[in-house]
Amino acid sequence: MTTLFTILFDGVAYGMLLFVLACGLAVTLGLMNFVNLAHGAFAMTGGYICAVLVNNSGWPFFAALPLAFVSAAAIGVALERTLYRHLYTRSHLDQVLFTIGLTFMSVAAVDYIMGSSRIFIKLPAALEGQFDFFGVGIGRYRLMIIVICGLLTVALQLILSKTRFGSRLRAAVDDPRAASGLGINVPQVFAFTFAFGCGLAGLGGALSAEILGLDPYFPLKFMIYFLIVVTVGGSSSITGPFLASLLLGIGDVAGKYYVPKMGPFVIYTIMIVILIWRPNGLFGRAAAR
Amino acid sequence: MLALAPAHAQETVKIGLILPMTGGQASTGKQIDNAVKLYMQQNGDTVAGKKIEVILKDDAAVPDNTKRLAQELIVNDKVNFIAGFGVTPAALAAAPLATQAKVPEIVMAAGTSIITERSPYIVRTSFTLAQSSTIIGDWAAKNGIKKVATLTSDYAPGNDALNFFKQNFTAGGGEIVEEVKVPLQNPDFAPFLQRMKDAKPDAVFVFVPAGQGGGFMKQYAERGLDKAGIRVIGPGDVMDDDLLNGMGDAALGTVTAHMYSAAHPSAANKEFVAAYKKAFGQRPGFMAVGGYDGIRLIYEALKKTGGKTDGDALVAAMKGMKWESPRGPIMIDPETRDIVQNIYIRKVEKVDGELYNVEFATFEAVKDSGKTKK
Repeated sequence: MTTLFTILFDGVAYGMLLFVLACGLAVTLGLMNFVNLAHGAFAMTGGYICAVLVNNSGWPFFAALPLAFVSAAAIGVALERTLYRHLYTRSHLDQVLFTIGLTFMSVAAVDYIMGSSRIFIKLPAALEGQFDFFGVGIGRYRLMIIVICGLLTVALQLILSKTRFGSRLRAAVDDPRAASGLGINVPQVFAFTFAFGCGLAGLGGALSAEILGLDPYFPLKFMIYFLIVVTVGGSSSITGPFLASLLLGIGDVAGKYYVPKMGPFVIYTIMIVILIWRPNGLFGRAAAR
Repeated sequence: MLALAPAHAQETVKIGLILPMTGGQASTGKQIDNAVKLYMQQNGDTVAGKKIEVILKDDAAVPDNTKRLAQELIVNDKVNFIAGFGVTPAALAAAPLATQAKVPEIVMAAGTSIITERSPYIVRTSFTLAQSSTIIGDWAAKNGIKKVATLTSDYAPGNDALNFFKQNFTAGGGEIVEEVKVPLQNPDFAPFLQRMKDAKPDAVFVFVPAGQGGGFMKQYAERGLDKAGIRVIGPGDVMDDDLLNGMGDAALGTVTAHMYSAAHPSAANKEFVAAYKKAFGQRPGFMAVGGYDGIRLIYEALKKTGGKTDGDALVAAMKGMKWESPRGPIMIDPETRDIVQNIYIRKVEKVDGELYNVEFATFEAVKDSGKTKK
């Protein structure tokens, strides 16, 4: 019984991590209707920035995390202003080709600068190991992931539904022309949203280095996971991707534990079953654009 | 002058070195490339009156690339040797080309038994997984390890390691209580390790490709398997000298069987480690020693043929060759063209503040049991 809870705990932590990594993609894909396959490259950037700060410059881990967010967001906004915005009105195929090219460039660049072996971030001793909670093994690092990602999810939901910015964003998405007529600076709102999504990816990258591993192939290896989260969750809200991440995280961990021979296929099976049941994802809008 | 030019061109012996210099196996490629450079610095670039030219190509451990590169090297560059090969599929992809062109293929890394059987022109200077896995299987059964859970990567070398370990360990009276094959591209070991922990074995037998060992050991410690008294044993790949220091103290006490440790206490090795460290700023791993002996094999074979580059003559010259490698005495088996070498049982210990695989038992002149058992 305690094993079941350990598996559940590991699965939730894994799912939360997937959510933070993927929710930026859900925002660009769902809200901005832009296919950004280079999303994983921003995650990797955050991871490497955190690793360099902690390992080489001696920064504390918790100080490096916000910087991973900020720098990934800064790179995001710079690219959005210079490259991405020209592609908003182009076809999805153009967007896919452009962003996948960007991904390959980032892989080659990081391989060249940082080398291709897997990188670890030196963690503070407090985050290492497990403690026992009524017989359930709780990993300290995974617990931290759940806390950070949980808080982020709540904050994100509040920003989108309760703040002025949230309503501007929703207006800009639903009808950009009417929104700009009302005095909303649509390009600025989009740039900010895009940057925020990249920042979340960067933070996710920094957090995931310990669990998923960080090497130059990160964006390619996890692109499939990000896309599964968004497809299963549906792209019209962030509740969908959140539930999808949890479901997939728990499914993946439990699958690998209980049926190790099936291991990696459990996650695909879940995806197929859900998509047969709800072709637009868990919370998809049937008439999504 | 013009008449001299073609004669001069024949004075060059070309070696096509195909290695993964980018991608997940790049550390293998870099170690071998370094070792080849080091050997050539130490021994000059002329042998038997011929100038040695190494042409390095990056296959990123993708067999399709290996095949194409080997073909280009043989057909366009007219190389006299192809060498390197970071992973088993890469070595296999080049095998038919070696046979067709009668060009010796020197395998410096890949470790599946079958490789040398795929072409009469293949000679190996690295190791086979059967060599180390059978030895650790025997050792574990004799040293109080009764129940073992296995965790191996699901591809040819992983299956070799698993099968040879299992065969010897169970023959010695041991019991396998859990057997998990993890996908080669595995992001998270957590659920598999939890399964290992719940099986309550005396030890976990692990084989993951060099490079993933660090991730495995970190999660092993995170999940508290070390505190639960579950030891780690395996062939030495998981404890590559390259990664060992990055694993932290969780790796202490791990017992593995392998053909090389940077801590091997011989004069030849001390010299090799010092020269390697001086040239490249880090210690050599087992891949480096495979490359170092590989280029040495090429040099010695050319000396024996008097610089003749006929493929059959070169392979004949290599058969039965013996020398003192940094890893200890080695020989090329005249029947299988595979390497015969000592396998050492080593334990991870702290020496001068750094982690090393310290050898404490030696099994001498181990042949590849993948073939001798047939």
